[in-house]
Amino acid sequence: MTTDLRSRAAEIKHTDADATAALLRELVAHLRKNRTQLREEWARRITESKLLMAMTREEIFAEATSVYDNYVEVLETGSVEALQAYARNLSERIIPRGVETHEVLGIVLLLRDVLARSLFKKYQADFGLLNAVLDAYEPAANRIANTVAVGFVQERERIIRQQQEAIRELSTPVLQVRDRLLILPIIGVIDSLRARQLTEQLLRGIRANRAKVVVVDITGVPSVDATVANHLVQTVDASRLMGANVIVTGLSSEIAQTLVTIGVDLSKINAVGDLQGGIEEAERLLGYSVTMPEPKPGEVKA
Amino acid sequence: MPISTSADIVTARQRGRALAAALGFSGSDLTLIATAISELARNIIEYATSGQIVLSPEAGNGRPGIVIVARDEGPGIPDVSRALSAGYSTGPGLGLGLPGVRRLMDDFEITSNAGRGTTVSVRKWLP
Amino acid sequence: MRVPILKQSQYVIASIQSALSDEELLQLRDDLARDVGKHRSRGVIIDVTVLDVMDSFAVRTLRAIAHMIRLRGAQTVIVGIQPEVAFAMVQLGLTLEDITTALDLEEGLACLNQQAAAGARHVQ
Repeated sequence: MTTDLRSRAAEIKHTDADATAALLRELVAHLRKNRTQLREEWARRITESKLLMAMTREEIFAEATSVYDNYVEVLETGSVEALQAYARNLSERIIPRGVETHEVLGIVLLLRDVLARSLFKKYQADFGLLNAVLDAYEPAANRIANTVAVGFVQERERIIRQQQEAIRELSTPVLQVRDRLLILPIIGVIDSLRARQLTEQLLRGIRANRAKVVVVDITGVPSVDATVANHLVQTVDASRLMGANVIVTGLSSEIAQTLVTIGVDLSKINAVGDLQGGIEEAERLLGYSVTMPEPKPGEVKA
Repeated sequence: MPISTSADIVTARQRGRALAAALGFSGSDLTLIATAISELARNIIEYATSGQIVLSPEAGNGRPGIVIVARDEGPGIPDVSRALSAGYSTGPGLGLGLPGVRRLMDDFEITSNAGRGTTVSVRKWLP
Repeated sequence: MRVPILKQSQYVIASIQSALSDEELLQLRDDLARDVGKHRSRGVIIDVTVLDVMDSFAVRTLRAIAHMIRLRGAQTVIVGIQPEVAFAMVQLGLTLEDITTALDLEEGLACLNQQAAAGARHVQ
């Protein structure tokens, strides 16, 4: 490419960028001028589409105003940071009220439509200019819709993660029933993430309580498949590495049979029918390993 | 960082742990990452005598994480899928240890050319 | 750095002080082999509390040490494996199955005493 061509290309690009900026400025002026009317139109379309039903008309109008102003600001400055912050803040407020992702996306798309219509109207006489205006407007509008929707979804995910965390902590208490004996009653479905948290919690519990024996009760686990069984084996192995014996209780004979049939190796698991039996077994282990009673005459030691 | 002696293994995993901690990883994730680095560095020394390990932050899909690349110009692995399946169980000969590394991390990629070397890239995302 | 090995009555205790290179771990193996014979020890405790990583080589070597010590007529107890390390080990498939493990030094000693008592009773 010759220098001449290259500089011409740069020039064209430069002029393009200038033209876009000029159009955006015109656009912003138009949206500012018609703020009241467009905002009202938007709020009307929101109500009409039965979006944000959890909010009152006044609330919708107030939020619509903020979003509108933020919208115009993004078009003017090209920076979405303020909008991002606002979207996060808005999401925080409306998620607890039960506003859904499709509603948030819906209202942003409605605003995009309302504004586009007003542009059609304004520039209908000059098709070429209308096209140029839309070329400048559309990418910016899409970016805004994206920012708001992503902000909402991220906030939602954050809240869900937080709740899952809280539920998990509640659902796997490590209980110390007596010196050096821990009980871990597991209730509910075990997936890989939960199995991991459970094991970590148990291992920390073993160190903190100097536990020698742990009874893991899985009576409350609805289904035990190969994956869950493998997690259990890992929990047993890891506990043993820290010097603690694990007794698993609540493994029904049906489940045990299924596991053996599908080829899960349960030989490492010390299983006892029910929790009561498990605790008795644990006490036997503890008594044997800690107090070491003198064998009575005639008693046979295993 | 270059890997050619067993002291390099220790250095590599310590640096990896420090980087992971700086990125916000905690608790057992730090240990999992350090252990994976240790195994990867060990593989380099055992099978290729020398190579390098590159540790860097990762920000794919807006999700922060750490990426570890282990590269060597050793003999390569003739049968990658077998290397990944062998040695699952414990035992004195743990094979390449690659299946273990794969379980420690979230993401695992390997390319190996017989006679030209092996590159393993693993990632762990912040929870 | 060489791992210090202390003799305490009929046991020897190796307490690892910092992350070990492979050579240092092999050195520990040789030192323990020598000391168990020299002191005619009944038990060995290896304290790994400070280790923040136990990879396949470390586990393989510890296992080899325990087997070697058993052949010399003594028991080995590995103590101080941290929760995170235990978790990473099982993820890697390293479970030290045939080796006694205990929470810490105190537990390790209790373990050896208990095995000694059981052995003594067995002899009676």
